[in-house]
Amino acid sequence: MPLGTRAGAFVRRHRLAPYLLLAPALAGIALVLLWPLAQVLIFSFQNYGLPQITGAAPTQWVGQANFAATLADPEFWLSLRITVLFAAVAVPLTLIAGTVVGLLLNRLGKKMAAFVSTAALLAWATPPVSASVLFYWLFNPDGGLVDWTLSKLPHALVGSTDWAGFNWTTTGALQAYTVLTMLVVWQAFPFIAVTTLAGLKTVPAELYEAARVDGAGPWRVFWKITYPLLKPIFLVLLLLSVIWDFNVFTQTYILTGFPGNRDEFNLALYMYDKAFGFPPSYGLGGALAVIFTVILLVITVGYVRSSVRQGALT
Amino acid sequence: MTSTGITGTGTTAAGQAIARTRTARGRAAATRRAKTMSLNGFGLLVALVTLFPIFWMVSTAFKPSQEIYSLTPSLLPSHPTVGNFSQVISGQVSGIGSVFLFFRNSLTVTLATVLLASLLSLLASVAVARFRFRFRAAFLIMLLIVQMIPGQALIIALFLDFNRLNLLENLTGLIIVYAAQALPVSIWMLRNFVATVPRELEEAAAIDGASPARIFWRILFPLVAPGLVATSIFAFITAYNEFIVALTFLGQAHSTYTLPIYVTYFFGRGGAQWGPIMAASTLYTIPVMIFFLIVRRRLVGGLVAGAVKG
Repeated sequence: MPLGTRAGAFVRRHRLAPYLLLAPALAGIALVLLWPLAQVLIFSFQNYGLPQITGAAPTQWVGQANFAATLADPEFWLSLRITVLFAAVAVPLTLIAGTVVGLLLNRLGKKMAAFVSTAALLAWATPPVSASVLFYWLFNPDGGLVDWTLSKLPHALVGSTDWAGFNWTTTGALQAYTVLTMLVVWQAFPFIAVTTLAGLKTVPAELYEAARVDGAGPWRVFWKITYPLLKPIFLVLLLLSVIWDFNVFTQTYILTGFPGNRDEFNLALYMYDKAFGFPPSYGLGGALAVIFTVILLVITVGYVRSSVRQGALT
Repeated sequence: MTSTGITGTGTTAAGQAIARTRTARGRAAATRRAKTMSLNGFGLLVALVTLFPIFWMVSTAFKPSQEIYSLTPSLLPSHPTVGNFSQVISGQVSGIGSVFLFFRNSLTVTLATVLLASLLSLLASVAVARFRFRFRAAFLIMLLIVQMIPGQALIIALFLDFNRLNLLENLTGLIIVYAAQALPVSIWMLRNFVATVPRELEEAAAIDGASPARIFWRILFPLVAPGLVATSIFAFITAYNEFIVALTFLGQAHSTYTLPIYVTYFFGRGGAQWGPIMAASTLYTIPVMIFFLIVRRRLVGGLVAGAVKG
């Protein structure tokens, strides 16, 4: 019996086929996702840093010292507050903008809808690095278009701030995150709009006809028909937006000119600074990664539960 | 204005009713027209506001520097120039090389990621969709949870591990990380496509004496090809845009930079070379825009299914 056939028989007898098919993918996921996750968990209870890597000092278990140090650091609380406040503003704005554009696309004529959705598609396609550099330039105090426009508008409209040369990115967290909010909404609304539109196409037109005959206005139609029918989609979009806005790294890294202004760190920047700043502390970084992951997993549980309820595991 | 309410001698009740519906219809048509106009106006506004930043990027890229820093900026360059682009291509402003070098790096990483992720996720999705085995449900739940782990949380361990494996400062390390990161979503999407291929087709081929490998390539593969397109789109975008892993892994090895790291380096060098920087971002952005326009139909279904990754 040739070797290949014998191996085939062995695989069949022990029902190994699914495990063999899974093995390469599982190896990749284990190497890049599961094992690092375990390591980060281990680091978070150790004093792991540069001296430990070079062997100058032994690696020691330090119990929950890294977590205690993190929770005692005012910079941690500031970055957490910035992260939560930013999400609290950016998530609703993104969802509202996206839903409005989705509803609009559903009502527009063919040509106009194609034009608007192409515009949205291009904003969506812009890579985060390009978009961040571009918004930095738009809001630049030195030749940026926004400051120039604001300085030309009457004071009654834009306040008495001297807008010419106004620095958006280093003045403070509020200014920097205002720019970030516009950037994130600009990049994320197309996805919401397109998803909402796909959902709207599944709503039978008769429902809207009937509502219109009964004299319901657009506001009422949205809350009585569209919203209840698209609720599962909106729920997923809400969870995804929260997760994305908690995770923002690329855009904050570029807009705040990392490691520029420490008062403008969000959680992701704070964590990166602890791990790779000077001196690098993988222990503190690990503790932060654990805290960060736990926060996101709590949100994720909602996502998994709604997926399971919709029968995604069958 | 309207005839409603007028009760003249010559007007019958029926005539009144007809007149009423006619004017009502006329009014309805007028409001409908006004509504369409305002909808179109709103649509136009949305499209222009959305397009403006992109327009400004391209416009700046074609402006000579005295126009970029002019006290009264103009929308379009009055003396358009390709000087910024030639500076980016010659590599003299960034000081680390021509944009083509970084373009080639990005292209290599992206294509290798797409191929590797497609192959591994196809095999795994066949296992999940075609077989019942122990830990199947556990594996699926693991995928769902693992895809939500923020990339930043793992970057510390990845950096140390790949340092030990000697895979920092080269493209291979990036390809492995990107492909593995794309797997959970890709498997999750592909298994639905595999599940819809009728089992009878495979069984019939098996009865005809086709080997499992032949069944896989001749029957299953062509039928799940659309699914592979969807997962490839996802892997492509992830790899082309990825920032934090490339930033951490590539360090100071300029010649291995991918496009986003090159643009960031260029930007962070200071000196406010906005013309060349916008030219570089334009060159980085245009290919992915074209890609989005080509795959736009598949984009919606594919990315909605696998949208969980940021």
